[in-house]
Amino acid sequence: MDGSLSEAFVRSRRFFTRGTVSQDLRTISQVGGREADDFYRDRWSHDKVVRSTHGVNCTGSCSWKVYVKDGIITWETQQTDYPSVGPDSPEYEPRGCPRGAAFSWYTYSPTRVRYPYVRGVLLQMFREAKAQHDGDPVKAWAHIVENPRRAKTYKSARGKGGLVRATWEEASEIVAAAHVHTIKEYGPDRVAGFSPIPAMSMVSHASGARFVNLIGGSMLSFYDWYADLPVASPQVFGDQTDVPESGDWWNAGYLIMWGSNLPVTRTPDAHWMTEARYRGQKVIAVAPDYADNVKFADEWLAAKPGTDAALAMAMGHVVLKEFFVDRQSPYFTAYVKTYTDLPHLVRLEEAADGAYTAGKFLTAADLADHASEENAAFKTVLLDSATGEPVVPNGSLGHRYGEAGVGRWNLELGDVDPALSLLDTATESVLVRMPRFDTPDGAAADLPRGVPVRRVGGHLVTTVFDLLLAQYGVGRPGLPGEWPTGYDDAGSPYTPAWQEAITGVPAATAARIGREFAQNAEESKGRSMIVMGAGTNHWFHSDTIYRAFLTLTNLTGCQGVNGGGWAHYVGQEKVRPLTGYTQIANALDWNRPPRNMIQTAYWYLHTDQFRYDQFGADTLSATTGQGRLAGMSTADVIAQSARMGWMPSYPTFDRNPLDLSDDAAAAGTPVGEYVVDQLRSGALGFAGEDPDAPANHPRILSIWRANLLGSSGKGNEYFLKHLLGTDSSVRATETPEGQRPVDVTWRDEAPEGKLDLLMTIDFRQTSTTIFSDVVLPAATWYEKHDLNTTDMHPFVHSFNPAIAPPWQTRTDWDAWQTIAEKFSELAATRLGVRKDVVAVPLTHDTADAMANPHGVVRDWKKGECEPVPGVTMPKLVEVERDYGAVAAKMNALGPLMDTLGATTKGVTFELGAQVDYLRAKNGAVRGGVADGRPSLRKDVHVCEAILALSGTTNGHLATQGFKTLEKRTGVRLADLAEEHEGKQITFADTQGPPVPVITSPEWSGSETGGRRYSPFTINVERKKPWHTLTGRMHFYLDHDWLTELGEGLPVYRPPLNMAALFAEPALGTVSDGSAGQVEGLTVRYLTPHNKWSIHSEYQDNLFMLSLSRGGQNIWMSDRDAAKVGIKDNDWIEAVNRNGVVVARAIVSHRMPEGTVYMYHAQDRLIDVPLAETSGKRGGIHNSLTRLLVKPSHLVGGYAQLTYAFNYLGPTGNQRDEVTIIRKRSQDVTY
Amino acid sequence: MRVMAQMAMVMNLDKCIGCHTCSVTCKQAWTNRSGTEYVWFNNVETRPGLGYPRTYENQEKWKGGWELTKRGRMRLRAGGRLKNLMTIFSNPILPSIGEYYEPWTYDYSTLTDAPAQEHTPVARPKSLISGQNMKIEWSANWDDDLGGATETAHRDPMLAKIADKVKFEFEQTFMFYLPRICEHCLNPSCAASCPSGAIYKREEDGIVLVDQDKCRGWRKCVSGCPYKKVYFNHRTGKAEKCTFCFPRIEVGLPTVCAETCVGRLRYIGLVLYDADKVLEAASTPDDTGLYEAQREVFLDPFDPEVVRAAEQAGIARDWVDAAQRSPIHALINTYKVALPLHPEYRTMPMVWYIPPLSPVVDVVAETGEDAEDTGNLFAAIDALRIPVEYLAELFTAGDVAPVDAVLKRLAAMRCYMRDINLGRDPDASIPAAVGMSEEEMYDMYRLLAIAKYDERY
Repeated sequence: MDGSLSEAFVRSRRFFTRGTVSQDLRTISQVGGREADDFYRDRWSHDKVVRSTHGVNCTGSCSWKVYVKDGIITWETQQTDYPSVGPDSPEYEPRGCPRGAAFSWYTYSPTRVRYPYVRGVLLQMFREAKAQHDGDPVKAWAHIVENPRRAKTYKSARGKGGLVRATWEEASEIVAAAHVHTIKEYGPDRVAGFSPIPAMSMVSHASGARFVNLIGGSMLSFYDWYADLPVASPQVFGDQTDVPESGDWWNAGYLIMWGSNLPVTRTPDAHWMTEARYRGQKVIAVAPDYADNVKFADEWLAAKPGTDAALAMAMGHVVLKEFFVDRQSPYFTAYVKTYTDLPHLVRLEEAADGAYTAGKFLTAADLADHASEENAAFKTVLLDSATGEPVVPNGSLGHRYGEAGVGRWNLELGDVDPALSLLDTATESVLVRMPRFDTPDGAAADLPRGVPVRRVGGHLVTTVFDLLLAQYGVGRPGLPGEWPTGYDDAGSPYTPAWQEAITGVPAATAARIGREFAQNAEESKGRSMIVMGAGTNHWFHSDTIYRAFLTLTNLTGCQGVNGGGWAHYVGQEKVRPLTGYTQIANALDWNRPPRNMIQTAYWYLHTDQFRYDQFGADTLSATTGQGRLAGMSTADVIAQSARMGWMPSYPTFDRNPLDLSDDAAAAGTPVGEYVVDQLRSGALGFAGEDPDAPANHPRILSIWRANLLGSSGKGNEYFLKHLLGTDSSVRATETPEGQRPVDVTWRDEAPEGKLDLLMTIDFRQTSTTIFSDVVLPAATWYEKHDLNTTDMHPFVHSFNPAIAPPWQTRTDWDAWQTIAEKFSELAATRLGVRKDVVAVPLTHDTADAMANPHGVVRDWKKGECEPVPGVTMPKLVEVERDYGAVAAKMNALGPLMDTLGATTKGVTFELGAQVDYLRAKNGAVRGGVADGRPSLRKDVHVCEAILALSGTTNGHLATQGFKTLEKRTGVRLADLAEEHEGKQITFADTQGPPVPVITSPEWSGSETGGRRYSPFTINVERKKPWHTLTGRMHFYLDHDWLTELGEGLPVYRPPLNMAALFAEPALGTVSDGSAGQVEGLTVRYLTPHNKWSIHSEYQDNLFMLSLSRGGQNIWMSDRDAAKVGIKDNDWIEAVNRNGVVVARAIVSHRMPEGTVYMYHAQDRLIDVPLAETSGKRGGIHNSLTRLLVKPSHLVGGYAQLTYAFNYLGPTGNQRDEVTIIRKRSQDVTY
Repeated sequence: MRVMAQMAMVMNLDKCIGCHTCSVTCKQAWTNRSGTEYVWFNNVETRPGLGYPRTYENQEKWKGGWELTKRGRMRLRAGGRLKNLMTIFSNPILPSIGEYYEPWTYDYSTLTDAPAQEHTPVARPKSLISGQNMKIEWSANWDDDLGGATETAHRDPMLAKIADKVKFEFEQTFMFYLPRICEHCLNPSCAASCPSGAIYKREEDGIVLVDQDKCRGWRKCVSGCPYKKVYFNHRTGKAEKCTFCFPRIEVGLPTVCAETCVGRLRYIGLVLYDADKVLEAASTPDDTGLYEAQREVFLDPFDPEVVRAAEQAGIARDWVDAAQRSPIHALINTYKVALPLHPEYRTMPMVWYIPPLSPVVDVVAETGEDAEDTGNLFAAIDALRIPVEYLAELFTAGDVAPVDAVLKRLAAMRCYMRDINLGRDPDASIPAAVGMSEEEMYDMYRLLAIAKYDERY
């Protein structure tokens, strides 16, 4: 040790200390009795630990321990008691993330909403009006909202402070009165509710949904609205989305993370990826930036944003060439013949110039021998390679319905060996025009490529496989047309060299990764997987991106195989106890059908974003199209889709649907006939064809478990301007004459402040609460009972209160009961019992899917057919509403459970025994309309009902459902659930360790025997068809509008060109601010999911802010920053036609040049100064976005392209946007 | 031989996803209180990066840890202990709050309470030190995910030594995460720096604690700790540090940071060491010899002599048993994949790290060779996206050989297991190439990949 003096000194320490100084005098050690450190023991001590979780939109579904001391929640740590996955696999413990770990901060934070609040100016007017109207709250509400001056007074004050405390009594009275007035004056479909992602807390979601559905309001969709719905999933699989649990990544031999940043967006699951590498899994990352996940990848493919389909198409080119043409892989060939539409025949249509285009599937209706069969137009045809004769195989849609199909809806091919290609047996070949859009501006073109053809039933046909090879540019000897000369032919789609110019990924790399993916799949029999997410799914053309991905997994036999296939992880969620949840939330136990609405179209119209379009719907058409969208605006396409019954549209008519029923009754005509007559005569119109008429505005919007204005509302500034009528920073100009809608009325004066009441229930202040008229205080996730599931793991587990709801907060179930009771009280005499005519779109998993043979557009309004409800227009169903009994119905399980049962994905469950069970378990309601029905009064009752009424949590129902399905399919299924037939999960079970669910026909995969969940394993292993036209996975879509867009087959479409569509500056432009432009650099503007928040949740949490940059920021590359003189942490502004954002810059070389990231949903509440550009408070990430609706997402009424809630609909995509980045003054004001 | 037991941790950086859950759960449990707003017993740094507090690794500046005198004797870098004592009233080498970060909150209540006004209410940041409005210029994790910010990367002390190896270009971006807690050193310089004798190692498990009664707030420990893992509570005026969650460890629970680690990358276990050898090992002349020297201090818990000596030293049988099944022992001594953090500080740290491997295959692919071929993989490690030299600066005082050996073992494990995964015959030559048997490699794979709860702790 150092010097002797010092040593002597230190040695002396031994005499003064209780501890032992080491012989070498380095250190001291002590034994036992360390009272001085009791502080830390005290700090650690606690009174109890309660199991709960976080009801946040992340699909994490992590079970947590919440620690409580002296009645105060102190902190949380993760549960580690998940049931084992098996001895040779990692486990699910511990699931969680830093966001969840920081949650308890909210409980006592100053952003907590502790009491009900109403904006002062409104509350004052309400009190005065009520006094004027003898204490009648409904008249008081009318007094305010029907007076333009008064209405403007409180609407223009939205979002500008001035909230004052109210009581639950008064706040719920305002809300109830508004509902009564709106229903009476305008109709129940002018009321909307928004609460997303039931799986994260299904009782809380069901609370308001049940109320909205009982009164006849519209629940707004979320999956499509969030742009998380991969439209390719219904298109290809006929399924909303079904994906592997994260534990199944372990089984993959090859894993591509494609636009999915697993450590950030799947934090609790990411370990499966890091661990699977040790098992020899090869991992690829495709990401435009050096994202968190890239560090784990063996290779990083930095494809330019939005060009992913080009890379995937080139990989598909390699797979087709090397594994299907140069050599046939036996595994792949057998797989695609059985499980895909590749061998099915397609008719070719000859155009005037002698060239051909791909047309409709050949069906039994086209064959003389089969034309008279039941549902013949929905039975596709293939050729038997042994006989060369056409065969109508089992399993197509036509077998799913009707008597003849009983026992034949399966994928058994018997002795038939489907011919994949006609090349060997073709009589001739023809040139088919294949659409392409690969120029930088995305302009349409086409090129001729030959396919072998035959004549079958008088039709010139080829197979989907032959068309696919033509599309991908994989030539074969003897076929005419323009083909690539090789992988290095950069001029011909879709070669590896062709994609290099688009994506920036070297050609050789693209080819090699494609080859490796297939090699691994061939060797491992399908264990190649693509994890895909928002990075590739949030684009306008994401359906084509995903179809290019799915081509890779489906060609290589990876779907329905553990460790293989697609793994779509963005917003996908999974309400495992689906049937029970659906009955409660949609109030199907009392009345059917619900009014479920596609939210993107809703806001596109009702926030008047349609008034700012600068291009027609046919801008997107292919050169091979028929001009079906010519002259139409996007709003016109929405209106057409609605009136043909393809998509829902609420408000539906330009008349109160209650009055419409009365009118029909007065006319003595059945309501269906009456409505058709009125529509035909023009006396009745669709609200969606005149959305700016005051009678057609949405009037009430209730939001709970969501932050529409701070998170998901694309076109935020348009919301503020037109929906709310308050200040906004919209900078866009309205659509000029000549480009305006034709069928949709254009009103010269754009409405502002359409909405009369915005009500939000939340536990923290958000952009939505501060713009709301009424804010109700919610219990947090540590203060209530609820259920939680996900598709990332196979367990159901629970929320439990660690403390009772503090201050005046209430659980969502309790809050909505309060509203329902007040509403029923006011409505009983004012509304009474009414009839309500509900317009219902043609619905998936029903025979409605056979309404439009061949997916042909037939518009009754244009005289192309007769308006026939349920065929060429929406079904019209009359529903009785007993408005005085809403609260009573909400609190009890209704009688339709006994008589109609519950239907999920086409399987109907009989529920008599389960209703009896619930009556005993929950107790019966006494008196009133619900006399004797099982109680749903408490949130725990609802949990029990959801669990008892679902196959995944009730083995009796799972087995029953499979037995039902066995009859239709003729294949063995019930054994999948029989191992758990006697297992019924109760709420008490979920309060213990997470409980594994039961294999059920509600989902497509099997957990039987404790295996990992992978979607479509039941389809593959049991030959149960997919819910598509052919019953197989589709490469080809023959609907008119898909053909029009040139998207019959997978195709590359580049990001939208905002310079061409909206006259934004071209990407890369540096403007000096002259000529009236905003100075700065124009860049691609992306809003990926945030590391420090789950959407807007947690972005305001002090822990997350302390670990990040403490406020809104935008990431940009060092090269871009240098162009406009921006340094790290400088204040900058992002400006485009949609709005203005103020943020601080984060400058890093990990960002690609030309693209900035403003991570998702940083909200506007934290450290956002006033913008120089607008003089107003800086906006949020969605201040720069707006809605852009793709016509093909509005297709309905045809096979798998038939509407269901959150299953099909236009997406709220937002990735194609651009913005100018400018350096602003560093002196900011607030 | 004087057998002592030490509770130790290994973190597998190759699995760290940089999520910071460990930081949050630790902070919530331990330092979520006034006086410790800026304190993170556990923090996670993005490397390259400046660390927390900034540039703490620059011992030229901060004078933490030990150094050898010309005569080869150990001395606190901050100066001999007498000098240390003489300067207790003015400690010039203490990081300022700005080097950590100025903690703040927001006036959240304005969101609810704002009167009717022209603009949307907004919560502005307020310093928790001064109470004033502030512009946020640094945080607990400011350079997260930057891979070295353009503005600050050149100040990363570890980069200074290998500047020619690293370019801050998009195509060459690399980064990884470094979670850090107190090292609970065998030779703690914080304890040696404390004029009050308030810092001690627990006899039974070696956990280093600050006696809250004896601490007089001189802050010499803050200076003395080269990892800057002792903090000053400005409210109580005492030093505080990571306690290795001793109230949990004592009842058989892992530390909060370990149990809540969703990357499942933390291992906790007991290590037996020979206390008589510590000084000699810490005095190893060459910095690059310190890694091996520290391993030499550890005792083989299966050696009957060690077991006997442990018994004589009063170490209970179940503790010896724990040392035998310790994942720490396996990772450090059996598989030799874990390395100490900055052994050159000579404190004999007891939180060790498995260096990050990836990505590796793209380097091979660029050469046009088969990336799955073992030989090619090994060759590629020299050209890793993360420069081996950077890792060596962190873990082996700049000696790339031990880092190289670890990375080769990890790469070999992946190759070996891929054959098994795909149902091929396993290739014994792969483990042999890195000096392991097939069984050893398979067992290592299970410990690193399957890593069940009761095998991690």
